[in-house]
Amino acid sequence: MPFIPNTDADRAELLEAIGVQSVAELFENIPAELRLAEALPVPEGISEDELMRELGELASWNSTPAGGSFLGGGMYRHAIPAVVGALQSRQEFVTAYTPYQPEASQGTLTAFFEFQTMIAELLGMEIANASMYEGCSALAEAVLMAMGLQRKRGKVVVSAGLHPHTRRTLQTILRWTRLEIIEAPLGPDGRTALGNLADADTCAVAVQSPNFVGVIEDLESLAATADGVGALSICSAYPIACGLLQSPGEAGFDVAVGDGQSLGVPVQFGGPSFGLFATSHKYVRKIPGRLVGETIDRLGRRGFTLTFQAREQHIRRAKATSNICTNNALMALRGAIYLAAAGPEGLREVAEHCLAKAQYAQREIARIPGFEPCFPDAPFFNEFAVRCPLPAREVNRAIDGAGMLGGVDLAQLHPGLGENALLLAFTELTERTQIDRLLNTLSGLSQTVTV
Amino acid sequence: MNKDLLLYEKSRAGRRTLRLGALDVPAADTTGLPLRQSPPDLPQIGELELVRHYVRLSKKNVSIADSFYPLGSCTMKYNPLANEVAATIAGFSEAHPLLDAGRCQGALAVMKRVEEFLAAVTGLPCVTLHPAAGAQGELSALLVANAHFAARGEQARTKVLIPDSAHGTNPASAAVAGLEPVTVSSGKDGLVDVDDLQSKLGTDTAGFMVTNPNTLGLFEPRIAEICEKVHTAGALVYMDGANLNALMGIARPADFGVDMMHTNLHKTFSTPHGGGGPGAGPICVSEELGVYLPVPRVVESESGFHLETDAPESIGMLRGWSSNFGVILRAYAYMRRLGPDGVRRVAENAVINANYLRVRLRDAYHVPFDGLCMHEFVATTRHQRPGGVHAVDVAKRLIDLGHHPMTVYFPLVVNEAMMIEPTETETKETLDAFVEDMLLIADEARERPESLHDAPLSTPVGRLDEGRAVKEPVLRFRRG
Repeated sequence: MPFIPNTDADRAELLEAIGVQSVAELFENIPAELRLAEALPVPEGISEDELMRELGELASWNSTPAGGSFLGGGMYRHAIPAVVGALQSRQEFVTAYTPYQPEASQGTLTAFFEFQTMIAELLGMEIANASMYEGCSALAEAVLMAMGLQRKRGKVVVSAGLHPHTRRTLQTILRWTRLEIIEAPLGPDGRTALGNLADADTCAVAVQSPNFVGVIEDLESLAATADGVGALSICSAYPIACGLLQSPGEAGFDVAVGDGQSLGVPVQFGGPSFGLFATSHKYVRKIPGRLVGETIDRLGRRGFTLTFQAREQHIRRAKATSNICTNNALMALRGAIYLAAAGPEGLREVAEHCLAKAQYAQREIARIPGFEPCFPDAPFFNEFAVRCPLPAREVNRAIDGAGMLGGVDLAQLHPGLGENALLLAFTELTERTQIDRLLNTLSGLSQTVTV
Repeated sequence: MNKDLLLYEKSRAGRRTLRLGALDVPAADTTGLPLRQSPPDLPQIGELELVRHYVRLSKKNVSIADSFYPLGSCTMKYNPLANEVAATIAGFSEAHPLLDAGRCQGALAVMKRVEEFLAAVTGLPCVTLHPAAGAQGELSALLVANAHFAARGEQARTKVLIPDSAHGTNPASAAVAGLEPVTVSSGKDGLVDVDDLQSKLGTDTAGFMVTNPNTLGLFEPRIAEICEKVHTAGALVYMDGANLNALMGIARPADFGVDMMHTNLHKTFSTPHGGGGPGAGPICVSEELGVYLPVPRVVESESGFHLETDAPESIGMLRGWSSNFGVILRAYAYMRRLGPDGVRRVAENAVINANYLRVRLRDAYHVPFDGLCMHEFVATTRHQRPGGVHAVDVAKRLIDLGHHPMTVYFPLVVNEAMMIEPTETETKETLDAFVEDMLLIADEARERPESLHDAPLSTPVGRLDEGRAVKEPVLRFRRG
């Protein structure tokens, strides 16, 4: 039997030591009428080589065109240095549990301490936790933290530029609380128009930059507006962009969150990834998730341990700051190795390449008759929205026909821009030849439509 | 050379591992962009030093791959390496979640098959793989209950009854769902006090959260009666599936009367714990509750599979994208190996191994509920109390003897609890070696108890000053 070493002889010996005649006797506490009489209707087991053939077959039912991809919308294909996968996959990291026994877990704990330092630095904040599940729920947890900090305030103002999954996650979680969600629309420049929406009843203002349609927000002004009404300001950041652009902390935000997928994690059909959560030290007793701290042992040697556990569900139960009881440790470890491999120079280089490719593409696309950026004057990083002369799904079909993967059809995920809006993403892995082939395809479409 | 330096202490300006090739488009123009005022202080490390750093760190962990890991309630079974190979197949790992359905039939088929497997194991027909972890699964299910009662106009059902032996996530999840947790006592037999439960059931009860087998490793023999009482009160039964390893192929929660449950793919279905995630906490519910499950859902039609992102009665999304697909895929690889017979053998051998340890240890250590256990049992250090030896001392000494400790001080209903779960993937020889060492510790506790307070001695650091970590918090490296 796979993975079960007990032989029949072992079983007989074990049962004898226990003092029972049969395995069935061990299950006597389960009333007979609740025990299954028949085997479960699951497929027959297969061998490892059969499994690998089957998985190969299933994987072949997935297909990504080989000629380049312009698909982003929150998950991006970045270069992943070989060290990331090779080191993360060490079984000592993979098969350990949450580091509740610090003496037996200094590897994981040290890596988290370094991770917390790197994420706090990257986001420009004082402290970061040891990671969250992923970006959308990280932002929802930040809003819950704000709600706990200001119990008398009844609403949260969220930008329409948040990732649509983030907005849906917030709706799900907040539906059962007293907090009302007020959505701040995007203005004609693609930036969040807060207007007078944030007021003395607002516990938090949450934005994302670059926002879902690719526009870099005016972060300083948003943070200042939130601050002006005493609301907690929350910014979801794209960690690669933080290698070059102003960090949420520099712009004055109270909490920075984000999704860590771009830091060394494959897209994996949507998960697992890891979430970022960073804030000021004064909120240390209010933040969700795991925290690692430095301390000493009896001999004065430096060591690391989970700390401020009194916030957590296994101690505080119903009064915990969150019900979360894992970080996404192994993915956060990938993030730490990635950031250490990149360093400030490498990260800046990756960010500059992303920006350069996107700028080149936008400049050239704008020259194609019928195609124009949705927000021509807005600053962007690696992704921008284009208004096409025909529905985005048809543009994507043409790009697919040319052997490439098109962008996000915004009609589905951000309908406000109409059915012709297409969101195109670029990373350091996007080759100029691929962009040029995209330009050719769009030019071809342009001629068909104008003729 | 000090091998224990942090990356930051090894860092030297100008070093790095990642270097890109030449840019093939004009350089970026940063005019008008809000730039960082100063670069992030990230480590600057060359590749070999980076490799050595993490290899050395890995050696400071105790893991299933190197040691027996009888951590109760966590099901630290072998994590098959084939699962890891499966997850690196490019057709899966490079699949973008926004691919058109026609381009991701393989991923969707895997998801559908895992849903079907979980439905078969639990007997609950409607399954979602959406939750990122067991705790998120619990929360999802409680939101399903909220939606169910809202649809019936029964918003007054705001209380969730939870046994005192439950995992801490149960009351914490209830609180996040806007519900009020109410504690139900355990009886002297370690089981749910059915009279106490009955007295707390009412028109304000939304549900009862039961862990079965419970955290003492005991099956609730009156589970069917309990479910009936909860249903009679108009409430729902939620089962915490953390201990499903004991039941797979033996009995199905749906047959007990359970309406909803979560499963932990990182426990029962062999996906790795990763030092604290990522896991996955799919939930399985009855036909009636299926409409409320989170989206996206995998739907099968004549043209194949697709993800349904809108469902009018769904509670919505609790995270980005459909699931922790990489974890789902690993669980699929495991499920395919087992087959109907294998599933049953998992539970049988998990229960055999746990009972064997219980019987071998029950003389040296106090076992408060010393009847047949399921996949785990709880012992205590009551016999060691005269020497001042506590559960923590036993745990730390085990590390020196080459084992990862059991879970200690949980469940909260037992003083000095040591919760032991060997799993089915261990050999009799490993169990015997563990027993010998536990007996040795019992001897030491009698003969020289003070020596146990110093353990562990073989680890990179000894017992840490956890009070200091709170009083003088250092949560990040700072240059001196």
